[in-house]
Amino acid sequence: MDNAAFSITQMRVSYARKEVIKGVSVSIMPNTVTALIGPSGCGKSTFIRSLNRINDLIPSFRISGDIIYRQKDIYDKETDVVELRRRIGMVFQKPNPFPKSIYENIAYGLRIHGLNIKDTIDETVESSLKKAALWDEVKDNLKQNALTLSGGQQQRLCIARTLATQPEVILFDEPCSALDPISTAKIEELIHHLKQSYTIIIVTHNMQQAARVSEYAGFFLLGELIEFGKTQELFTAPKDKRTEDYITGRFG
Amino acid sequence: MKTTTKQKIAFSILFLCTIMVVLPVLFVLGIIIKNGWHGINWQFLTTMPKDGMRGGGIYPAIVGTLYLVSLSIVFSLPIGLLAAIYLNEYAKDNLLTRLIRLAIVNLSGVSSVVYGLFGLALFVTFMKFGVSILSGALTLAIMNLPIVITASREALASVPYSFREVSYSLGLSRWQTIRHSVLPFAIPGILTGAILSLARAAGETAPILFTVAAFYLPKLPDSIFDQAMALPYHLYIISTQIPNISTETRYATALVLVGIVFSMNIIAVVIRARLRKRKKW
Ligand SMILES: Nc1ncnc2c1ncn2[C@@H]1O[C@H](COP(=O)(O)OP(=O)(O)OP(=O)(O)O)[C@@H](O)[C@H]1O
Ligand SMILES: [Mg+2]
Repeated sequence: MDNAAFSITQMRVSYARKEVIKGVSVSIMPNTVTALIGPSGCGKSTFIRSLNRINDLIPSFRISGDIIYRQKDIYDKETDVVELRRRIGMVFQKPNPFPKSIYENIAYGLRIHGLNIKDTIDETVESSLKKAALWDEVKDNLKQNALTLSGGQQQRLCIARTLATQPEVILFDEPCSALDPISTAKIEELIHHLKQSYTIIIVTHNMQQAARVSEYAGFFLLGELIEFGKTQELFTAPKDKRTEDYITGRFG
Repeated sequence: MKTTTKQKIAFSILFLCTIMVVLPVLFVLGIIIKNGWHGINWQFLTTMPKDGMRGGGIYPAIVGTLYLVSLSIVFSLPIGLLAAIYLNEYAKDNLLTRLIRLAIVNLSGVSSVVYGLFGLALFVTFMKFGVSILSGALTLAIMNLPIVITASREALASVPYSFREVSYSLGLSRWQTIRHSVLPFAIPGILTGAILSLARAAGETAPILFTVAAFYLPKLPDSIFDQAMALPYHLYIISTQIPNISTETRYATALVLVGIVFSMNIIAVVIRARLRKRKKW
């Protein structure tokens, strides 16, 4: 599949001697939402954290296989990791804004990336907050400390912060697991909108959520990608018995 | 024995130990204040000593100590901070790093007179700075490095890992991450450590004994290559070398020294308290 955003063949990951991704091959289509499900500890986070090389920070992390993003091996020696991480944004499980103002949370990355024109920064802050569906709630309090926002607002701020650096892909690692149902619904809606402009991969424990937001879905078990396909097919007519057991809740 | 009784006994013992730590400090403070309080006045703080230091003030000693302390931080803070950044953010956990850490722990246990001799050999004699404020400040800086490094490392380590993670995920380089996403949140802790180290520097006699301290100088130092008087050394002199000096003068000098050290510690504690209040992560 040449037009895939990610083409992954035989990805193997280990921490120290423990192998946690055991030969995963998959292609991820651009401008789609791909959901990854599976029981705790099966390697979902490890998988997506290998896509923006944020796992490089862990000394014991080892990876092999071809992880191709837009025709380039992201683990190639030539790869500019810093630029790669900017292009492949990430939203974490726990909302993690910096203890700064709402405005600064978004502006600070822009400034470090060399943007110095105040008007442009203002515009980007506003447009990012709008894209993250947070603008109306915070537009009068941009100076307020981000930590005073609710959990759901904080998570949307984190999404806005990621959007501001203009990524092509956004990786979500259980973005709603710390949020209430209403905030969750807002974020799901947001993901739905973002899909037009971004390639999205989302890890979730919530099967309904996976079914609602994604077009493709993958089921991980013990470091293997057991099944991958159209979300609808995976949920209504799973090919593998283990997938079926998991999504029907008959899992041991 | 009932658990509650056991608990009560344990608490009492712990409380007693705490008292045993605090009481001597209060006792010393009490004596110094009681005997020195009346000797302190504006004139004592702002004039030169007179009559072979039996009269007059201790102005040059105060100034000397302030010079020494401020110059020493100019050396110890940047070097200590950079070392801490290297150790906490860059160094891999290998044998060399562990040896460096071990060395730092050991250095903070070396007695201060050893630093004094080291300063004499290196700065005064070898580097030919002579007995001067520069030599003294450098010696104090070296003595303080382990404290500054340790405090800075702890401050850096207390910045949550998630700050670094987010920063990298936004496409910031390692240095940008340290500079913009870690350091700003560690600064209060680093400052606290630095001030505490200064308080120690202000009170030590041995490191300045051979490197800077003058018995008596008729005028204030003009440059960092001059000798200077310093409070702890001055106190040592008037307590041991000069007969017939009033107890009040001695205690008043001690009180000024203790006051300077104490207020530095209080500043450090206040900074730390404000930091804790602000810190919500
Ligand atoms: N930094 C690490 N060092 C060592 N082992 C790790 C590390 N991170 C994860 N692991 C191990 O790798 C395996 C996969 O972990 P991972 O976090 O990818 O699972 P997950 O599918 O995201 O689980 P969850 O749904 O609970 O988030 C687990 O067995 C975990 O213990
Ligand atoms: Mg996970």
